[in-house]
Amino acid sequence: MRRNQVAVVGAAETTRLGVIPDMSQMQLHADAALNAIEDAGLKISDIDGVATAVETPQQIAHYLGITSTWVDGTSVGGCSFMLHVRHAAAAIEAGLCKTVLITHAESGKSNIGRTPRMIGPDSFNGQFELPYGVTTPASMFPIPVLRYMKTHGITHEQIAMVAVVQREWAAKNPRATMKTPITVEDVLNSRMIAYPFRILQCCLVTDGGGALILTSAERAKDFKKPVYILGTGESVETPMVSQMETFDSSRAFRTAGPLAFREAGITHKDIDHVMIYDAFAHLPLYGLGDLGFMPHSETGKFIADGHTRPGGKLPVNTNGGGLSYMHSGMYGMYALQESVRQMRGIAPAQVKDAKISVCHGVGGMFAASGTIIFTNQT
Amino acid sequence: MAEAKRARPVPTPETQHYWDGAKAGELRLQKCDACAKTYFPPRPFCPGCGSRKVSVVKASGKGKLYSYVIHHRPAPGFTPPYAIAVVELDEGPRLMTNIVECEQTPEALQLDMKLEVTFEKLDDDISLPLFKPAKG
Ligand SMILES: [Zn+2]
Repeated sequence: MRRNQVAVVGAAETTRLGVIPDMSQMQLHADAALNAIEDAGLKISDIDGVATAVETPQQIAHYLGITSTWVDGTSVGGCSFMLHVRHAAAAIEAGLCKTVLITHAESGKSNIGRTPRMIGPDSFNGQFELPYGVTTPASMFPIPVLRYMKTHGITHEQIAMVAVVQREWAAKNPRATMKTPITVEDVLNSRMIAYPFRILQCCLVTDGGGALILTSAERAKDFKKPVYILGTGESVETPMVSQMETFDSSRAFRTAGPLAFREAGITHKDIDHVMIYDAFAHLPLYGLGDLGFMPHSETGKFIADGHTRPGGKLPVNTNGGGLSYMHSGMYGMYALQESVRQMRGIAPAQVKDAKISVCHGVGGMFAASGTIIFTNQT
Repeated sequence: MAEAKRARPVPTPETQHYWDGAKAGELRLQKCDACAKTYFPPRPFCPGCGSRKVSVVKASGKGKLYSYVIHHRPAPGFTPPYAIAVVELDEGPRLMTNIVECEQTPEALQLDMKLEVTFEKLDDDISLPLFKPAKG
């Protein structure tokens, strides 16, 4: 894909985040979509492309009253929206549509009008993982952690620092769910969920949604503060965490990330701001390593030394992340929203003069990955 | 009220040999006749080279502890805390399992400890491969 040919011209989250018991999942989609369309200064009739995950594009198109010429229902977990951005950019460049709406919503906490996600007992996961007592993502996603720690010499304290640093960012964000400062001791003394992870190393469970509007860079000139798509990457590995090629690294991450960097034509020194989907506290370590910021063995120390915290040389997860900002179940959309805010210069914890932002997502338990590199420079 | 049981796997035609093996007390893998790759989960072709010429082989049942969590939340058929582990078989493939005949603690569960297969009968058709610390 060519650089800077497509831009985000509308971006918004649901009016409220957190606990929203008076809205169904579909209405959360609509609330986010209407906010994003308004943010772009457009009308519903301007939208001719629809992308969404879990729900189908036809559900969204019908609910909102959109007549589409292009849809994408890629649903690979929480990073689906990174893949939608990539696919939408390609579609717009190819002339399949002009203005794409990407929506996410999840009634993750209130569970109202939620589309069920079932695992059949005759699927691979049903036969070879479910019988061993895996239930929630918290029982599966941390399974690789002990091997990662042993291979790369990472300590429990270093991984605990991920949660501490993200709470520091969240404290600057009025919309963050959790803002009270925490220490490494607090993290390591919090309730055990799935050793080695405790509750403060696991994502929040909330309601919410978000939406993006994309159009060609040519048309984007007429909009306020367009944010350009500089590079993109995607990959999938396996739906079964036990079948990852290795636990020392994520193949999906190290495929998608470098692809985006190559496409963008930039090096790590050019990056001002990073979002790494943190469903659990180990993901920023995997992300920093697999995206090539540093060897995996240095990721724990890098975070523990404070380089990703406010004022650090590489600001990471500046909204507070899935650990402290919000996590409805498919957090990728919120990471994208924060990257766009940073590129527009309107983030609550704004990184001064940020020009390039990397937004990296995960789907399932390292099952999928998408990376989008944004810039506010033409 | 009947006690909740752990999730019961339902075989498909492509995985039946694996579950037949478990029922007979054997851990069965597949090996590619073309490129010699030994693989899991079961499928009637090699995920390494695509060849349909593959054989079912009996695994040694020996391996080592690759990684795990100790889950502290309730789950049907389990009494928390219980370990959900991944074992790396001597033949190469890894599979999810539980570790039995072993304390479910970080001290007892050491990465790379040697394990061997054992089987737990769920019903007349399904026995589940589990692993225990290897003797000697
Ligand atoms: Zn082969």
